[in-house]
Amino acid sequence: MGVRDTVNRGRIVAIERPDVFLVWVLGAALVVDLLWGLATGGIAFSTLASNVWDGIMRGLVIGLAGIGLSMTYSILNFANFAHGDYITAGAFAGWSVTYLITGFGEYDLGALVLVGPKSNVTGTIIGIGVVSTPLAVLAGLLVAGAATIALALLVDRYVYRPLRDEGGITLLITSIGVAFALRYLIAFVFDSSTRTTAGTTGNPAVRLNFVDGTVRVSSHDVTLVVVSVGLMLGVHYLLQRTKLGKAMRAMADNEDLARVTGIPTERVVRSTWIIGGGLTGFAGFMLVLWKETIRFNDGWLLLLLIFAAVIMGGIGSIYGAIAGGLIIGIVASTSVIWVPSGLTEATAFLVMILVLLFRPEGIFSGRSTA
Amino acid sequence: MSGEPSVTDKFETTPDWQIVAVVMGIIYLAYIVSGFLIGFPLRGQINAIGNLTFYVAVFAMLSLALNLHWGYTGLFNIGVVAFMAIGVYTMAVLVKQPLSQDPTAQIGGLGLPIPVGMAAGVVVATVFGLIVSLPALRLRADYLAIVTIAFSEIMRFTFLETSIKTFTLFGTETGLGGGSGLVFNVPAPIDWLTSALYVRGPYLDFVGWFGTTLGIGNPKAVVDNLVYSIILVLVVVAFYWLLQRIGRSPFGRVLKAIREDEDVARALGKDTDWFKMQSFMVGCGLMGLVGVLWMYDQGAINPNNFRPRLTFYAWIALIIGGAGSNTGSVLGGAIFAALLFQGPVYAKNLVTTAVGSGSAPQTFAGAVAPLGNLDPGPFAYYVLGNINQLQIVFMGVVLIWLMHNRPEGLLGHRSEEAAAVDLTDRPVVSDGGEVDE
Repeated sequence: MGVRDTVNRGRIVAIERPDVFLVWVLGAALVVDLLWGLATGGIAFSTLASNVWDGIMRGLVIGLAGIGLSMTYSILNFANFAHGDYITAGAFAGWSVTYLITGFGEYDLGALVLVGPKSNVTGTIIGIGVVSTPLAVLAGLLVAGAATIALALLVDRYVYRPLRDEGGITLLITSIGVAFALRYLIAFVFDSSTRTTAGTTGNPAVRLNFVDGTVRVSSHDVTLVVVSVGLMLGVHYLLQRTKLGKAMRAMADNEDLARVTGIPTERVVRSTWIIGGGLTGFAGFMLVLWKETIRFNDGWLLLLLIFAAVIMGGIGSIYGAIAGGLIIGIVASTSVIWVPSGLTEATAFLVMILVLLFRPEGIFSGRSTA
Repeated sequence: MSGEPSVTDKFETTPDWQIVAVVMGIIYLAYIVSGFLIGFPLRGQINAIGNLTFYVAVFAMLSLALNLHWGYTGLFNIGVVAFMAIGVYTMAVLVKQPLSQDPTAQIGGLGLPIPVGMAAGVVVATVFGLIVSLPALRLRADYLAIVTIAFSEIMRFTFLETSIKTFTLFGTETGLGGGSGLVFNVPAPIDWLTSALYVRGPYLDFVGWFGTTLGIGNPKAVVDNLVYSIILVLVVVAFYWLLQRIGRSPFGRVLKAIREDEDVARALGKDTDWFKMQSFMVGCGLMGLVGVLWMYDQGAINPNNFRPRLTFYAWIALIIGGAGSNTGSVLGGAIFAALLFQGPVYAKNLVTTAVGSGSAPQTFAGAVAPLGNLDPGPFAYYVLGNINQLQIVFMGVVLIWLMHNRPEGLLGHRSEEAAAVDLTDRPVVSDGGEVDE
């Protein structure tokens, strides 16, 4: 009877919502094409596995950064377009410290603090890597989180707090101003060049055998998995087991009611920025560690993918943000099987638009906590 | 306190057109006077005025088109740049000479007449507006924002894509050029226009006379620039007229009603979705036209000319002027172009003319270190050398300041009522009626 029910439901969807039906058919066709490719050897299993692994890495960064965006989106009710530049700010703050610790005394101080604006000082030259310089990387990670928290609180105090009672669109436009100012201030101070932050020397990799080939897993990949999964579990614990988490959920649900109940809303907002900002800074640092380059618009370029993840997971749900991040990351990375490599991000955006159109409440809606 | 009207009161009661005239006067005067004081060469001066006028015009046009979306209908479109790109790419593909006629060009076109290309650019931008509006208008404002900006990035990635760098259309080899873009291998706008109007000879005579009278060498580039800018100002007037017409028509009143309360408009029997779609399409068509007029003059297009940054420029212009007011949109476009977009660059030119460009430090560290020895020189030169970045920081700060202090913009508080008659102008009833104030 299960099958018949499903078939019936499918028939109803096909008649009532032909657009939804079309999307499902398209998705099914892609899966069939993928399976066919794997079966006939057109697509190597190891290629697919490499793409998926790459997607998971990207997804973890997106998910980590997405938690912060999702929290502020639901509690303060606005889409923060400056979030991407918080990522960049955290990355530069953290990497500045990593460079400083690794190269202190040997290289020009100014070049180290500015994360090697000209190519005479790069992460490869000074030999940064999680294996070669683990303490410098750890210190950088912590500073990235702390600096982003400070930045988020500062911006909130002077920019967003005076507008607390305004609508979401006013805040959205303001956040575009913040994004502009932050991004180009970073470019002004740290230079707008792309630099290499870590080389292969400090980042050993293994090639794991997988069916018909190998999948490369580097020490930075593993670090990213450990750090992000650890942080996600930490946030889970924080929001599920503490009063703060409950207060946040109450505020996201209904701010007036929360205030009437005696929840100190401003303090909850501050905590939101602290948790969200910290995770965002960590995400920025890990993004750079993983992709091994840094540039002033890294965060901005990631922002739309993060929005995609947050919307897909349902605004306000941290599990949604994580799952959405993984889905978006994997979609972007595996889409190279079908689309040219220049259009992988475009594909992820397209998936986001489809989700917004057909399930604007997110694919995990109704199951969200915090 | 009462009695003496304050400056702000005076501002509130001055007619819009007077404010625009005064602001424009101040802007041009400031440019000309500062140029003369610093001893800018005449040729550079005229060129600067031409550039200023050009950007005032394009930002006024963008701001007006955006005002139709946001100010009138309440549609939060941050994909402006996509429609500009679609317009000018359509035109480029249609009007570029075929490879058979210009084998040196990397990418060929269909070789159609330029007006056809321009019109097609507007039409295709409008059609894309329809396609985007079909699903997007069901969404909340913030979701519409994210969809439109994602659409603009999808379009940019598409134009960048190498696999459609060249393709065959109607049996002619053409393409979008990928990352290297497209070059307009057709006459520049003024050359084409003067030939098309059969005034090429008299125009060249005029250019020669202009050059000898003012003693400028090679005057053609300067005069072309100035004349094209003046033509764009005429297009701004046409845009303004069109939008005023739309705003005052029954159609425009429905749009304003949607902006104020969509449910009420629907309850009154208006098909709000259709009205929103029409408004979106018209605005997108106008944005396509701006793309055509702006980029055709540049001679070449590249996907990276169409970054989301440009969309936000248009938004800042609209917010400065005040959403909902067409006069405000023009004013906002002018102020944005003069102070935020061209101003810092012009100031940099003036300063380097006056004191020379000096030896700017390579990095921020090199600029800051001498400050310890109370030597601000290197820092000043560094600021000068990186003015392009600081300029955008400044734009961001201005946007934040406006949202804090004057979210309605300079003239936005005068956004016209949805009603056809002036509701504030109530006749005073003599026998016992309420007397206003």
